[in-house]
Amino acid sequence: MATAPIENIRNFAIIAHIDHGKSTLADRLIQITGGLTEREMSGREQVLDSMDIERERGITIKAQTVRLNYRARDGKEYVLNLIDTPGHVDFAYEVNRSLAACEGSLLVVDASQGVEAQTLANVYQAIDNNHEIVPVLNKVDLPAAEPGKVKQQIEDVIGLDASDAILISAKTGLNIDAVLEAIVARLPPPRGDRDAPLKALLVDSWYDLYLGVVVLLRIVDGALKRGQRIRLMGTNASYEVDRVGVFTPKLVDAAELGPGEIGFLTASIKEVADTRVGDTITDDRRPAAAALPGFRPAIPVVFCGLFPVDAAQFEDLRAAMGKLRLNDASFSYEMETSAALGFGFRCGFLGLLHLEIIQERLEREFNLDLIATAPSVIYRMTLTDGKEIEIHNPVDMPDVVKIKEICEPWIGATILTPDEYLGSVLKLCQDRRGSQVELTYVGSRAMVKYDLPLNEVVFDFYDRLKSVSKGYASFDYHLTDYKPADLVKMQILVNGEPVDALAMLVHRTRAESRGRAMVEKLKELIPPHMFQIPIQAAIGGKIIARETVRAFRKDVTAKCYGGDVTRKRKLLEKQKEGKKRMRQFGKVDIPQEAFIAALKVDV
Amino acid sequence: MPGIDCGVERRMGARAGLGDAADFSPLACGEGSGVGFERRDTRVPLSTRPRPDPPPPGGRESVGRDLASTRTRLDAGRTSPDRDPAFGVYVHWPFCRSKCPYCDFNSHVRHGLVDEQRLVRAFAAEIAATAARTPGRTVSTIFFGGGTPSLMEPATVAAILDAIAKNWRVSDDVEVTLEANPTSVEARRFKGYRTAGVNRVSLGVQALDDAALSALGRTHTAREALDAVAIARRIFERYSFDLIYARPGQTVPAWRAELTGAISQAAEHLSLYQLTIEPGTPFAALHASGRLATPDADHARNLYDITQEVCAAAGLPAYEVSNHARPGAECRHNLVYWRCREYAGIGPGAHGRLDIGGVRRATATERQPEAWLALVEGQGSGLVTDEPLSRTEAADEYLLMGLRLAEGIDLNRFERLAGHPLSAERIAHLTQHGLVETLAAGRLRVTATGFPVLNAVVADLAA
Repeated sequence: MATAPIENIRNFAIIAHIDHGKSTLADRLIQITGGLTEREMSGREQVLDSMDIERERGITIKAQTVRLNYRARDGKEYVLNLIDTPGHVDFAYEVNRSLAACEGSLLVVDASQGVEAQTLANVYQAIDNNHEIVPVLNKVDLPAAEPGKVKQQIEDVIGLDASDAILISAKTGLNIDAVLEAIVARLPPPRGDRDAPLKALLVDSWYDLYLGVVVLLRIVDGALKRGQRIRLMGTNASYEVDRVGVFTPKLVDAAELGPGEIGFLTASIKEVADTRVGDTITDDRRPAAAALPGFRPAIPVVFCGLFPVDAAQFEDLRAAMGKLRLNDASFSYEMETSAALGFGFRCGFLGLLHLEIIQERLEREFNLDLIATAPSVIYRMTLTDGKEIEIHNPVDMPDVVKIKEICEPWIGATILTPDEYLGSVLKLCQDRRGSQVELTYVGSRAMVKYDLPLNEVVFDFYDRLKSVSKGYASFDYHLTDYKPADLVKMQILVNGEPVDALAMLVHRTRAESRGRAMVEKLKELIPPHMFQIPIQAAIGGKIIARETVRAFRKDVTAKCYGGDVTRKRKLLEKQKEGKKRMRQFGKVDIPQEAFIAALKVDV
Repeated sequence: MPGIDCGVERRMGARAGLGDAADFSPLACGEGSGVGFERRDTRVPLSTRPRPDPPPPGGRESVGRDLASTRTRLDAGRTSPDRDPAFGVYVHWPFCRSKCPYCDFNSHVRHGLVDEQRLVRAFAAEIAATAARTPGRTVSTIFFGGGTPSLMEPATVAAILDAIAKNWRVSDDVEVTLEANPTSVEARRFKGYRTAGVNRVSLGVQALDDAALSALGRTHTAREALDAVAIARRIFERYSFDLIYARPGQTVPAWRAELTGAISQAAEHLSLYQLTIEPGTPFAALHASGRLATPDADHARNLYDITQEVCAAAGLPAYEVSNHARPGAECRHNLVYWRCREYAGIGPGAHGRLDIGGVRRATATERQPEAWLALVEGQGSGLVTDEPLSRTEAADEYLLMGLRLAEGIDLNRFERLAGHPLSAERIAHLTQHGLVETLAAGRLRVTATGFPVLNAVVADLAA
C-alpha cells in the first residue's frame, strides 16, 4: 500500500454515547468506502468491536482503527483514518491518546436522546486536543427524533455551532455521503515533517497470538519502515521493526508510513506492558529531541480481591491473569490470601467497568468461577511515626492508634439527568457525602457537577444512579485530589467470627447504616442452619448492628424407601456439591452469592 | 421426596452392606445348578403351606402371640441390628384405579382388563433372572407395593409367591406385606390374600375425615376405611395403616383428635406422613398457582411434634421418621431398606440393591408397564439400570437411610463402606447442638431434636 500525500489524509475519531450509533456509523463508512465486502460485513454484528464483551455491552474497550479510501466529489483520492476510541470513563486516558492521534472528530448524538454526560467529557477532551468537530445527528428517521432541540442542546451545553450539523440515519444509510464529504472538507489534514527524526504516538497495543504485540501508532514526523531500529522513549527499550502497515480493518503491510499516517508495527515485542499507551516511538539512531507531551503511565484506582470459587482453580486463575495482562497492561495483580476465600489475587483496575470487564473475561474466556470482594480505593495514611503508606485492602489497615491521618481520593463527577429524576439524583449524591459544585439546566435536562469521595462511587453508585433515574442519567468523572477523612474499619462477624472478605473502610458517619444494610442483607442470603446464627457489624470491639438467622425447624423427607434411595442420594450429592461452593465460617455455610450480593447492598 | 403414596409403607428392596458380605447368611448351598435344582424340589410353595388359623376378631393379644418369633429376632438384632441377616423382595404392581393428585409413584391407570396371567409369567421370569444373580440368599421379607396391589387377584399374588419360593430359599418366618386400598371391594379379597401367603397388610387410609379424603382424591370414605381396617384385623396377623398430615388447613387440635382416633383402631404399626408436594403432580400445579396452601415450616414442625407426643404416649414410638410401632412390630421389609441390606426389585419401575462379588449394585427396571413387559418377554428381565455403587455412594446411602432409624447407624460399618471414618469434628459439632448422639456400642443416632432437621444433619455428615 502506498504512502498517501499528507494533504489527502484525514484522521478522525467518533465521539458518541453508548447506543447513539457510533459502531453502526463506522460500519456504514467502511461499507461505502469498500473496506469490507457485504459478506464480511454481515458475518458479524459490528466490525470494529471484536471482543464478545464489546459487542454485548455496545462499548469499545481497545482502540481500533480502519483506513478508508475515498474518492471525494472534488475528484481526489483521500485516505480517511478512523480511530474507534474506547467509550468509557474508565478508559479516559486511552481516549485522550486516541484523540491526540487525530485532527478532528465526528460528534454523534442520538437525535431523540440528546447529549449525555460521557459525550460531554469526550468532546471536551477533543476540544483540548484542538479538534475540528463535526456534529452529526443520528437516528433522525425515528419518530421521536427532535433534531432542532438536540442542535440547540449541543450549542447550549457544549458551545459548538450546530447549524451545519449533518442529519443522518446510520441504520438506513441516509446521508452517510454527506458525512464523508464533511470529513474531507471540514477537517484539516495532518501536518508533519517527513525529514525530521521519527516521532510517532503509541495509541494502543494488543497481543496477537501469531504476531506478538501489535502497536497502533500515529506518525507525527519522519517515516517508519520495516527493518528500522526504533526506541520507545518512555521505557527506553529498542526494537527492530518486523512489519509496518495499515488496517483495512484487516492488517495490510505497507512499505512505509509517513507523517500524518495511522497504522501498525510489530517488532517481536513480547508483552503489552512494554508498550505503554501515550509513549513516543522514535528512531534509535536518530532520536527526536523531545517526546510527545501528555504521556503518563496507567494507574489503577479501584482494587478488589478475585478468588476462585473452587480452590482447585487457583493455578488456572493465575495463568488466566497472566494471559490477560499480556493484553492489558493497565490491570495489575498480586497474590492475596483470605481466611474466607482462600488463595486469590488483589487486583487493580482503571475503574469499575474495567473491573467488571476483567472479571467477566476471566469467567468467560477462561471458564473460571470467581468471587470478587468489595471494590476499594487507595487510601493514603500518615502514621504517628511520620511514615506515609498507601492502603487498598482493608485487611492491611494498621492499628487505629498508629494512624495520624487518613486521606481518601475524591472525584469531580458530571451527571446529566432528565428533570424528573433530579431530586433522586441529588439525594443520592448527598447521601454519598457529595458536595454540589454546579447545577444548570439544558432544556428539560439538568446537568449537575458534584465532588464525591471515590469510595462512595465504587460502592454501588452506578447501579443506584441507574435505578433512581430509570436508566436515563449519565455519569462521568475524573479524579481530583486526596482529602482527609474520618474513616473506620468495619468488620462483619458471622457466628462470632470476623469474615475478612467483608471487612471495609467506611466513613464514620456512614458506618452504622452501611453495617445495618450489610447484616440485613446477609440475614436474607445466609440459608437457615440447624442452629441460629448471629450476624454482627462491628467497629473495633463495638457492635453497631446485629441480626439473627433463625434456625430452620423442619426439613426431613417424609418418605424414603428402597425406590427413593437413588434419587435421594443424587440430591445429597448435589447438596454436597453446593456446600463445596459455600465458604465455611464458624460452622456456617455462606453461599458465594451472599458475598457478591452483600457487597452490593443498597445503602 | 417421594409422594405420599396411596399404598402404605412401600417400596422395594433390601441390602446387606457393601463389604458386609459375611452379614448375609452363608447358606450352605453352593451355586451349582444341581444344588439349585435340589433346592427347588425341597421347597414347598408358600401358598400351599399350612397357615395358622386367623386370629379371633379383635384379638390383638393373639396377633402379638403370632408375632412372637419375629419379635425375638428383632430384639436379638437390637444389639447389632446391622448384622441381622435379611434379604427382601419388592414386587411392584403398577396399576391404580385412579391416580391420587399428590402421588408421584410409578402408577398407571388402565381402563381395559389387565392380563394378570401374562404379568405373572413376566414376574416369574424376572424373579428367576434375579435369583440367578443372587444364589444362596434366604428371603426374609416380601413386599407387594404399587400402584395398588390390592387390585391383584389373590391367585396372582399366590403365583408370584410361588415363583419366589421356587427360586430362593424362603425363611420360615418370612414377612409378606401387601399394600391395600381400604375399600369394601378390595377388602373382599383379603381372605384370598391371606390364603395366598400374605401375613401383613398395609392400608392406605390417609385420613379419617371424608372432606379430607375427597380432597386427597381418595375414592373411599372414612367409615369404609375403618371397616376395611376391622376386616384386616380379623384376617391378618399384622396390619398397619397410613395417614397423611399437614394437609391444607389442618390445625394442631384437629390432627391430635384424628390421630388419637386412629390409634384406637391401630394394632402395632402406623405410618404417618407429612403431605409433600411432589413435582409433576396435580398438587404441585395447584400449589404453584396458589390454590393449595401447605403449612409453613413452623406449623409443620408443630404437627410433627404433636405426632411424636401422641404416638409415644400410646406406646407407638417412631422407629423411623414417619413410622411408628410397638417395639418388635416394626415392618421388617422396610428395615431392610433403612439398614441398607440386600433387596431385589421385581416388576415395572422397581429398584433393587444387590451385593454381587463384593460390590453393591443399584438396579432399576423399566417403569412403563407395557415396555417392561416387552423387555421381560424379550430378554427375561426388565432391568434398565444395573450399576455398581462407589464407596462414597454406598456410604451416602447408609447415612441417608440408616439415620432415619431411631437405632441409628453402626460407625464401624460406615467406615468399612466409605473407606474412612465419619468426621469426628462434624459429629462433635452436631452433638454440641444436641442433634445427634453417640451410643456406647459404636452407634450414632439422631436425637429427637435432630429428626425434624434430618436432611440437614445428613448433608452435614456426608459433606
